[in-house]
Amino acid sequence: MDLTEYQGKQVFREFGIPVPEGKPASSPAKAQQIAEKLGGTVVVKAQVKVGGRGKAGGVKLAQTPAETAEVAKQIIGMDIKGHMVRQVLIERAGDIAAEYYASFMLDRGAKAYLGMCSAKGGMDIEQVAAEEPDYLAKVHIDPLVGIKQFHLNEMMSFGKIPREHQKAVGGLLEKLFRCFVGADAALVEVNPLVMTSAGDAIALDAKVSLDENALYRHPEFTKLVDNRDLPKQERAAKDLGLGNFVALDGYVGVIGNGAGLTMSTLDVVAEAGGKPANFLDIGGGANAEVMANAIGVILSDRKVKSLMVNIFGGITRGDEVAKGILAAIDKLGDVKVPIVVRLDGTNAEEGRAILQKANHPKIVPAATMLDAAAKAVELAKKRRAS
Amino acid sequence: MSVLLDKDTRVVVSGVTGSEGTFHTRRNIAYGTNVVAGVTPGKGGQRAVDDKVPVFDTVAEAVQKEGANASLIFVPARFAADSIVEAVDAGCSLVVCITEGIPTRDMAEVYPYVRAKGVALIGPNCPGLISPGKANMGIIPGEITGPGPIGLISRSGTLTYQVMYEMFSGGVGQSTCVGIGGDPIVGSNFIDMLARFQADPETDAIVLIGEIGGDEEEKAAAYISEHVTKPVTAYIAGFTAPEGKRMGHAGAIVSGSKGTAKAKKETFESFGIRVGTNPTETAELAVKSLG
Repeated sequence: MDLTEYQGKQVFREFGIPVPEGKPASSPAKAQQIAEKLGGTVVVKAQVKVGGRGKAGGVKLAQTPAETAEVAKQIIGMDIKGHMVRQVLIERAGDIAAEYYASFMLDRGAKAYLGMCSAKGGMDIEQVAAEEPDYLAKVHIDPLVGIKQFHLNEMMSFGKIPREHQKAVGGLLEKLFRCFVGADAALVEVNPLVMTSAGDAIALDAKVSLDENALYRHPEFTKLVDNRDLPKQERAAKDLGLGNFVALDGYVGVIGNGAGLTMSTLDVVAEAGGKPANFLDIGGGANAEVMANAIGVILSDRKVKSLMVNIFGGITRGDEVAKGILAAIDKLGDVKVPIVVRLDGTNAEEGRAILQKANHPKIVPAATMLDAAAKAVELAKKRRAS
Repeated sequence: MSVLLDKDTRVVVSGVTGSEGTFHTRRNIAYGTNVVAGVTPGKGGQRAVDDKVPVFDTVAEAVQKEGANASLIFVPARFAADSIVEAVDAGCSLVVCITEGIPTRDMAEVYPYVRAKGVALIGPNCPGLISPGKANMGIIPGEITGPGPIGLISRSGTLTYQVMYEMFSGGVGQSTCVGIGGDPIVGSNFIDMLARFQADPETDAIVLIGEIGGDEEEKAAAYISEHVTKPVTAYIAGFTAPEGKRMGHAGAIVSGSKGTAKAKKETFESFGIRVGTNPTETAELAVKSLG
């Protein structure tokens, strides 16, 4: 779960990481109010969960409260790489003596935590890694041991942080690691980490991604959950408990059980010459209601010209799937989209019998996965042509 | 013996009295798996699963009293990492964790501990493993296949069933099928299982089913070229997956140019390993690879 910058800074504050003073605003009037309280020059920053907002014009300085309102008006409502700006963060602008980079994440390959640090802050870290790898420290930390002073020393030394700033930066790095572990984050990143002329280290930006599976340990974070940024259909799926939905840009709807099989189903649809409209894994043990909801969500997309249901029952039972398909058709009324159904595994025969008995004109049985993909693509193309 | 699991493996099921635990333990017993005990704290002394399984409060007691040597875990996500360590400390040499949704930090901490003890951990977030005709630990539907010479390793669940089923429909069964799980950190990787299948006299050919995300497939390809003499057929799911979108599994995400299905396929092919374009072709290639 990705957080916006101001949410990430809220989490940072809880772990004692210094961040600039500031507050979010969703209207120019509110932005002006915040600027008045802060006094002096402020920075107005678009709150979107996507990089490159500075270049897109989503970060601007304002000298006065009136100017703050004006700038906020420009930024709120802006579209940055497909993300609508709903909020801006108003922060007191401070002096910047140096800009660095710091992050912690899990390195899947090494099965360990990875700390990164660089004296080249304020720019894209992938660019630093590619062009100036000598300035990027990558230090692995054993999760059972946790962070030690030598890890911090290595991060700063290999990252070429000047000696006079190492005490302040090291202090921030250690707190950042405590935050990474303590908040069950998948990623904490500070870019830039700035040094003020007074010698303080401050997290000027905050990128935090939390592990959704660990939210039960942090009830205080549940208020950070914000699905408003998601596309409409993905939000509808989430609201129905269908967490494993991804919208794509094709016209063949896909429902499968299990992530691997569903991904494979998208691939066979593409191989058969079609374009999948979505990824939807209904998971293990889905009952008729889940199946009916899944069909409802997919058919709400007008681009969808056919739907392929590909189920290999393990825990999921074929009879429940069949009942769900019929329930969805009942509920939706006049279904125009052909639904190609391939069932195998647990109770598949019972499921096929239920569908055969219903004998609905829009339900098309298929014997194999490849057969189903071919039929779904053919039917979709026919309807696109007509 | 087969890879990791056979008729003599003495299984203790953690979470045996829960609905998932009861349902699948019943199916595993019906398949012929030697389930000797169950564990639910606070329910020691009871019997579970149609009165067939003695329940203990701890895995340690199940090991002492029933000689359990393999643990199968169905407990909820927030307690699962605890159950893994409990099974390891009780002396189980094989731990299979079916549970989905375990916090990554829990697994990050458990993984180095389990590896240091030399215990084979399968999962979490996996379907378990089956040695067809002998024993079944987990949720793989046993009735879709039978014994044969092909060893199968997969990051997926249902996709594994699909390939098993297609091979068996073509007349060829499996020695052992292992679902290693779809999380960012799982206890056993492709290479661990490839080494076991290479050493297993009952396995003549190997199928590896991967998916987008991470670089375990790439590592496996390099390992195969150096250490595996048996024929290997690979399959990768997720060619149509867009960048930055998680495809169901926590581990299945393409970040930048890394972890794409195309890159994985090309790596396999650069080492001379055949890659099926779909599950059906993969099963056919595997059967043919037997010669």
